[in-house]
Amino acid sequence: MTLVVATSLIVLGALAVVAFGPALAERLKRRRTVRAAAAPPAYDPGRERRAETRARELLGSVVSQEEYAMYAELGFIAVAGGNGDQGYGYLLYPHRPIVAYDTRSGELLNEYCVGFPDRSEPAYSQRLPDADDVLAKWMSLRAGERELISVANMHVPGRQLDPGQVARDLIRLREWRGRRLDPIE
Amino acid sequence: MKLVRMKPGQGDVLLAEGDPEVAEDEERLIEEFRRQLDLGMWAAVPTADGPRHEATMVRDFSEIPEDTERVVFFPPAAGG
Repeated sequence: MTLVVATSLIVLGALAVVAFGPALAERLKRRRTVRAAAAPPAYDPGRERRAETRARELLGSVVSQEEYAMYAELGFIAVAGGNGDQGYGYLLYPHRPIVAYDTRSGELLNEYCVGFPDRSEPAYSQRLPDADDVLAKWMSLRAGERELISVANMHVPGRQLDPGQVARDLIRLREWRGRRLDPIE
Repeated sequence: MKLVRMKPGQGDVLLAEGDPEVAEDEERLIEEFRRQLDLGMWAAVPTADGPRHEATMVRDFSEIPEDTERVVFFPPAAGG
C-alpha cells in the first residue's frame, strides 16, 4: 500500500515538473530580471558632473546668450516678470526658491518654493542637474508665469534664502550687466 | 524634430528624432510624445526671435508649431 502511495506521489511530482516547470522557471527568471533592472545604478562620482555638463549645453541652446553667461558666471538667471516692463523680475537659482524682486528698488518681494522632482523612476534620484532645474523654471515662467506661480508655495523673503545674500546677488547682477555694457571699465 | 527629456543624473536624453512630414517618423514622434505625457511630463517648445528667447508649453502633438526643432520634456512643477 505504502509503495503504491509513494509511487503515485513520485509520478504526480514528475508530471507537475513537466507541466509547470518551464512556466515556473520563466517566472523566476523574469523576477530576477525585474529586480536587476530596478536596482539603483552603482555610485559614480563623475555622473552628476557629466549630467551638469550636458544640462548646461541644453540650457545654453535654449536661453539667450546673456542669460547663459549670467548662469555660468553668477550661478543664477534673472528674468523680467510679466511682459518685461512691469517693474518686477525673478531670480532663478538651481534647487532654491524663485525670488521675486522689484527691479527699480531691488526690494525682495516673495519667495516661490517650487521644484521639478522626477518621480517616474523611483530607483533613481529625483533631482535634476542644476542647469536643468534652472531651465525648467525658465521655460515654465516664460510659457506660463501665472501657472507656475500658482503651483509654487509663496513665502515672504528670507524663508529659505538669506535676504542679505540675495541683495548681494542683485548688486553682483547690476555690476555684471554694467561690465557687459562697458567692457573697458 | 528632436524629442529630448531632462533626466536626473543624466542631463538631457534624446527620446526620438524624425521628420514630422514623413508619416512613419510622425507616428513614432507622436507615440513618444504621448508616452512622455502619460508619464506626467511637461512638454515645452523653445523658440527664439532675435535676442528674445521664449518657450511655449504644449499638451498635444498637434499644438507643436511647424518647423519646431526640439521639444523638451521635464517633470511637472511641484510646490516645495
